[in-house]
Amino acid sequence: MEKKLKLSAAAKSNTITYSMVTVAFILIYLLDMMDVLSNSLSGQLVPICAYIVMALSLNLTVGVLGELSLGHAGFMSVGAFVGVVVAGCMDGSPDILRFIVSMIVGGVFAGIAGLVIGVPVLRLRGDYLAIVTLAFGEIIKDIINCLYVGVDASGLKIAGSAEALVLGEGGKVLINGPIGAANVPKLSSFFAGFILIMLTLFVVLNLINSRAGRAIMALRDNRIAAESVGIPVTKYKLMAFITSAVLAGMAGVLFSMNFSTIVASKFDFNQSILVLMFVVLGGMGNMRGSIIAATVLTVLPELMRAFEDFRMLLYSVVLILVMIGTNNAKLKAMIGKYTGKITAVFKKRKGETK
Amino acid sequence: MEFLFNLINGISLGSIYAIIALGYTMVYGIAKMLNFAHGDVIMVGGYISFCAIFYLELPPFIAVVLAMIVCTVLGIIIEGLAYKPLRDATSLAVLITAIGVSYFLQNSAQLIWGSASKSYISILQAEPIRLFEGQLTIKAEAVLTIIVCVIIMIALTLFVNKTKIGKAMRAVSEDKGAAQLMGINVNRTISTTFAIGSALAAVAGVLLCSSYPTLMPTTGSMPGIKAFTAAVFGGIGSIPGAMLGGILLGIIEIFAKVYVSMELSNAIVFAVLIIVLLFKPTGLLGKKISEKV
Repeated sequence: MEKKLKLSAAAKSNTITYSMVTVAFILIYLLDMMDVLSNSLSGQLVPICAYIVMALSLNLTVGVLGELSLGHAGFMSVGAFVGVVVAGCMDGSPDILRFIVSMIVGGVFAGIAGLVIGVPVLRLRGDYLAIVTLAFGEIIKDIINCLYVGVDASGLKIAGSAEALVLGEGGKVLINGPIGAANVPKLSSFFAGFILIMLTLFVVLNLINSRAGRAIMALRDNRIAAESVGIPVTKYKLMAFITSAVLAGMAGVLFSMNFSTIVASKFDFNQSILVLMFVVLGGMGNMRGSIIAATVLTVLPELMRAFEDFRMLLYSVVLILVMIGTNNAKLKAMIGKYTGKITAVFKKRKGETK
Repeated sequence: MEFLFNLINGISLGSIYAIIALGYTMVYGIAKMLNFAHGDVIMVGGYISFCAIFYLELPPFIAVVLAMIVCTVLGIIIEGLAYKPLRDATSLAVLITAIGVSYFLQNSAQLIWGSASKSYISILQAEPIRLFEGQLTIKAEAVLTIIVCVIIMIALTLFVNKTKIGKAMRAVSEDKGAAQLMGINVNRTISTTFAIGSALAAVAGVLLCSSYPTLMPTTGSMPGIKAFTAAVFGGIGSIPGAMLGGILLGIIEIFAKVYVSMELSNAIVFAVLIIVLLFKPTGLLGKKISEKV
């Protein structure tokens, strides 16, 4: 009986999340159609979607799996560049097909990167794991910076330097080392972003509320206890990590196809931290919070151009305060006391009106 | 000759990593936390000494001392405000806070000194040393860095092994609770560790900027991460390990730059970290710690 109740509570919460996203999408879509949104804001719509997907994906690793990944932008980068190459190879096919295939292939490659990184990394714990994911993020960035990819009649060509990349008649360069990819087809749209968010939510929320998800959360809460009741650690950790990587890769595809040029140094450590900020401020393990935080924190700086210089400073202060406020026992008790008082006041008022 | 030249450059760069790694390794050994902001304290040390020399026209030695004092105070403040309230929190929470502090320092520096890079004036106005009839030239900064590193290493080893505070540090790193029961002030010991680590970071900042004279708000982050790699490489918590790891990493980086690829040198350094962690997670000189249930 109790189990049934709990499940229905989860289902209720999920429905709220889905409908929140849908309503927000319809509203913003209508506003955009009516040209109410400013130019810079409507240009931000697809990046916001990509950041939401990134935040959900990182929340799976940080909030649900309980491991800090500081190289998540690396997966985004893999997805973005693989997507660009696939779209470049499929020149001439219908746009929608190009987009979907690049999305899938980008996601798969990011997933492979997740597997390659996850197998060694997930054996480590805590701080070591965080620093190694950071290292991997940097390695991915450096490698893409040295990568030259082109396509011609005979097929795809990959080289380590600009001179080594020899293309035949009618060939074109897709990735040009540190200059990145230019003339990226603009295949992303706000609607595609919405679909990707819904897909991500579907995957993540279903994973959390499944047998595997409960095993993953058990690992997070107490690895040794979980292991001793027979939960295979590596399998479930990898499952969460690879899912997260695939989603990040897809977010990368969405992100890259919104801009005409894309460079590897865009997906650096700062990008990873920005996404981490969304997850921490939205609440670790709380998917709805991630969506709201990603949206607000991407839109806010657009609205407050005057405070541009102070933005990151403010973020860092907020990050520290949130961490101390939620993790210090004394402070937590104090905040709890005040919120308790406030809710007590509200309850009293309700009672009075009745 | 070219090999020798690169080797000396590598040892010099490695000495800087070693000094930074000491800060990481001591804090990690005692507070069991990765002080992500350590790299940015280096940057602050660089800026303070830069301002002291360039604007106040102080002699280099005084500038270094000033930088050390400012960084020491900064280290104690950071520890007291940001890390102390989280003494009992999970390592994930502490690490995220440390990242926040790192960002705070970088962005404050950007507001104060601007994001454009400043060209640092070397604290040492000396001619390079020429050996083997001019076939081998060594920069004076490289020699100074290596000497300073050796002095710091000896002084720190003596400090930790012979003084009372050093003994307290070792006790806290072994067992915090037991140390407290024996009358050791754990909080003060941790603050002292942060103070020493930050003072060393200031020295490292001056040496780093003297050898590689571009100063930016992000100057410290990459050397910081690499020095952490060095600390892990040598075995975290071990002072000789930090020295060994730092110097080996410096040599690997310079050789990777010269003989493999300029662009991939960072990737190679990080690959070393990953390989070390996979095959010898406790580092070269680290102790194996069994897991408590």
